[in-house]
Amino acid sequence: MNLALIVMLPFLGALLPALMIRAGRNACAIATGSVTLLALALLLSHVPAVLRGEVLQVGWAWLPGLGLNVNFFLDGLGLLFAGLILGIGLLIIVYARYYLSADDPMGVFYTYLLLFQGAMVGIVLSDNVLLLLVFWELTSLSSFLLIGFWRHLPEGRQGARMALVVTGAGGLSMIAGMLILGGIVGSYDLTVILHNAELIQADPLYLPALILILGGCFTKSAQFPFHFWLPHAMAAPTPVSAYLHSATMVKAGIFLMARMWPALAGSDAWFYLVSTAGLVTMLVAAGVALFKDDLKALLAYSTVSHLGLVTMLLGFGTPLAAVAAVFHIINHATFKAALFMSAGIIDHEAGTRDIKRLGGLMMLMPVTATLAMVAGASMAGLPLLNGFLSKEMMLEEAAHAVWAGQGWVVPLLATAGAVLSVAYSFRFVLHVFLGPRRTDYPHQPHDPPPGMWLPPALLAVLVVLIGLFPETFTGALVRASAGAVIGDAVPQFHLSQWHGLTPALLMSTIAVAIGALTVWRYPVVRAWWEAGAHPEAKRMFDTCVAKAVDSSRSLVHGLHNGSLQRYLAFMAGAAVVVGYAAWFGASHEAGTRQTLVAPPVAVVAWLLLVGACGATVLVHRRRLIALLTIGIIGLVVSLGFLYLSAPDLALTQISVEVVTVILILLALYFLPKHTPAESSGARKWRDAGLAVAAGLGLGGATWAVLTRDFATISGYYIDKSVAEGGGSNVVNVILVDFRGFDTFGEIIVLGIAALAIYALLDGAMRGRVAPKLAAWVPDFPKSADRHPMIMVVATRVMLPLALMVGAYIFLRGHNEPGGGFIAGLVVAIALIMQYMASGFGWAVKQMRVGYRAMIGAGVLIAGATGITAMAFDYPFLTSAFVHLHLPLLGDVELASAMAFDTGVFLTVIGAVMLALANLSHMGRLAAHAPVNQTPMDVDPSIVTSTVRGR
Amino acid sequence: MEFLVASSVGIMTAAGVYLLLRGRTFPVVLGLALLSYAINAFLFAMGRLTIHQPPLVSAAASGYTDPLPQALVLTAIVISFGMTAVIVVMALRAFLESGDDDVDLLGERRTRPGQAQ
Repeated sequence: MNLALIVMLPFLGALLPALMIRAGRNACAIATGSVTLLALALLLSHVPAVLRGEVLQVGWAWLPGLGLNVNFFLDGLGLLFAGLILGIGLLIIVYARYYLSADDPMGVFYTYLLLFQGAMVGIVLSDNVLLLLVFWELTSLSSFLLIGFWRHLPEGRQGARMALVVTGAGGLSMIAGMLILGGIVGSYDLTVILHNAELIQADPLYLPALILILGGCFTKSAQFPFHFWLPHAMAAPTPVSAYLHSATMVKAGIFLMARMWPALAGSDAWFYLVSTAGLVTMLVAAGVALFKDDLKALLAYSTVSHLGLVTMLLGFGTPLAAVAAVFHIINHATFKAALFMSAGIIDHEAGTRDIKRLGGLMMLMPVTATLAMVAGASMAGLPLLNGFLSKEMMLEEAAHAVWAGQGWVVPLLATAGAVLSVAYSFRFVLHVFLGPRRTDYPHQPHDPPPGMWLPPALLAVLVVLIGLFPETFTGALVRASAGAVIGDAVPQFHLSQWHGLTPALLMSTIAVAIGALTVWRYPVVRAWWEAGAHPEAKRMFDTCVAKAVDSSRSLVHGLHNGSLQRYLAFMAGAAVVVGYAAWFGASHEAGTRQTLVAPPVAVVAWLLLVGACGATVLVHRRRLIALLTIGIIGLVVSLGFLYLSAPDLALTQISVEVVTVILILLALYFLPKHTPAESSGARKWRDAGLAVAAGLGLGGATWAVLTRDFATISGYYIDKSVAEGGGSNVVNVILVDFRGFDTFGEIIVLGIAALAIYALLDGAMRGRVAPKLAAWVPDFPKSADRHPMIMVVATRVMLPLALMVGAYIFLRGHNEPGGGFIAGLVVAIALIMQYMASGFGWAVKQMRVGYRAMIGAGVLIAGATGITAMAFDYPFLTSAFVHLHLPLLGDVELASAMAFDTGVFLTVIGAVMLALANLSHMGRLAAHAPVNQTPMDVDPSIVTSTVRGR
Repeated sequence: MEFLVASSVGIMTAAGVYLLLRGRTFPVVLGLALLSYAINAFLFAMGRLTIHQPPLVSAAASGYTDPLPQALVLTAIVISFGMTAVIVVMALRAFLESGDDDVDLLGERRTRPGQAQ
């Protein structure tokens, strides 16, 4: 539980900063910090157990069918990384409080930061690879937000996008790899996967899985050739760079390689892929770093280089190399985060981070200079500091590595990497802090407030302490986490400054000497570098992106040319082809089910339907007549339902028919009354062919079904309807009880449809259509009798009756044909008749309930009914009912489903009325007639004009 | 009876598809409505045809038709009303905005030679 809480705390706390920012920046930072501190304290409470070698586990099944479990575990490696993430996170939170200016939205920043933190902790504590992948993607997304935090800067946006594209693509590749891995092992639980190394490595899919997973790791950890995104991500605010790009996110790839080490490492493929990528990255990035003038760019490439170093060590696949890798992760996190923060301080106080414009800051910013020099010396790998220790171990391992049968390749290149590393570290220190004091700094440099220098100072102290007393401070942690990486007994090793005269010491000495020489003769080296060619990764990336965009655009536009006719023809055609292919792909025998005898009335109805269908097609260009024929078809369909034992459907169909026809009539007020003849003969024949094929297909399928017997699951519903649903109308009980969740979804859809209609019409009445409506000229003669008296009187007399019919249909719905849907439609028709007879203005005044509120109330009532069941520990929408015996009324049944049906009822009325009332509102706007105050009045303009016309 | 239902489904489908492929919004709406009838009837037919056996539980009933397709079709009818309404209103809005009810390239109407508007 505790473990899951460590992961969940940052996510839960992510809401805090956005709220606390109202209480001021300090309160905001303190709230954020306490969330992280709490998580860190929880983590630290497990330290003794983990250092004893225990592995803590906690978990729940989430989607067991997919193998996705919410399992967390904490071992040495998880402890190391979670400690780094939370510990450095805490320092960054303090630092960012002082770094961000008053204009920056600090609450948002801290929210993003906590989201990122939670995702990172999730990665390192996940015990299920699918869960890990979820967190992995979350880090990509949250880092996108953080890198692009200064959204006004184009570099920030581009950097964020590039990071997202590269790490996101890597994430996809990793998902594929992990799925293969899970398929091989048969479980997605990490602890299971890690114990099946032989099984995995013997599988033919091992290599593809390895490459795909490494694709994810390399992109995330900016390994060559995916290293280019990291320097561009440096457009982020410095706290982000320090956090994401030195201590945490870029280490996620390293973490995963370390995590999967027991399962994947040890093969030749692993050695060549990982160690080569690491070696090349270390060398190339260190070389680039030496010639960067932007402090953050220098540090960024240096980070890439150090990540390469760790990758190379993991790639060696030997236990001691794994120990060195783990140790270097700790050391790099301390000195690099300190350096990033120092660079941020310089940028903040001196106004620039361009090395060429800096120098001589030693005396101006003594505190910062000291911190940066200690951390920089550690990065260079000078003795007495922690960077020296792990670099010695790396060189020692490199000295023994044999690459493609050649024993000299790795030692030589590793030394070259060390040379470059010394050189850029010295350059960072010398060119920024030493040298003559200048007069042209953009700001007058001075040390920042303690809140800004204390976090890096703490790290610098750690750099020295670990350097001097490595066993005391990190021995146990390194053993525990290396043990977790190796998954076996940790070899004997001793962390100390002096190991005697080893090859590593020799390589280290050479590195410092040549590195110092390089910086001493820097202009010469620089001139030589400038003369060479420098491929610009960003330009290549941009070109690739532009090409991809162009090709997908031409593809999309080639397929989607904006013609609905074309799309529909393709869709219908595809359905026809698939249907016929399935039909002809199998053999069929004639059905044996006994058919019903058709009574003469049915034949007449059928003739009516066929005639109406034909007429609709033939006269469809005369729209009013086509609407009439459609109405006939709807009527025949309703009668068919009635005859074929479906009274509920018949009632629904007939009422829907009425509202649909009214709706289309209202729309036809504005639309042209005729469709022009446009289709060419060829197109008509093509469409007719398609239509006949579709009709034969669906009709044939229906015939095939109807002539065969079947087994149904409905017996259950019929048996349980009265006993458990409390109603004898099985259809209604299914709707409001057995499958109430479906119905709940459907009334929501209906409500959304009505709101969409409202938005479309309301927008039309306000936008650029409004003048057109104001100048509307009806294209047909209007009746002078606006509100015929007979109709007004008749509808008013009928209204209470119609409402009573609605109520009756509603109440009896549970046991007899009826229910919320039908009653809602009936009541809506009764109401819309008032609009038609007495006019919109009058009807609106009488109707005091808003239809939107009605939709909302309906959905809420239905939802609340369902939730009430949960309060009694039943599943959502379980219904309860009682039989009451009331005087006069007799036996009355009260079912909770009735409340649910009320929700359905209200939503249906609201949705239908919202659509129709708004359409008629628009009609009124276009009619230019004054709002009728009384129901029965005539339109004076038409009367006079008609009279004059005569 | 089965033949009447099956052929009705087929004919409504054919008419619906044909209208769906016309070039103006109004026939498309009609086509969609026809197709909805056809599909609802098709779904309903999955429960086979029975007469005089409505799914109302009572002691006197001789048997029941399959209630499940009915429940599905009932909501489908209401939802298809919602869909038809949205499409009608979209067609209306598009017509009001562009002065045209062509389904292709609304607003930038290409002229078809030799045809009267």
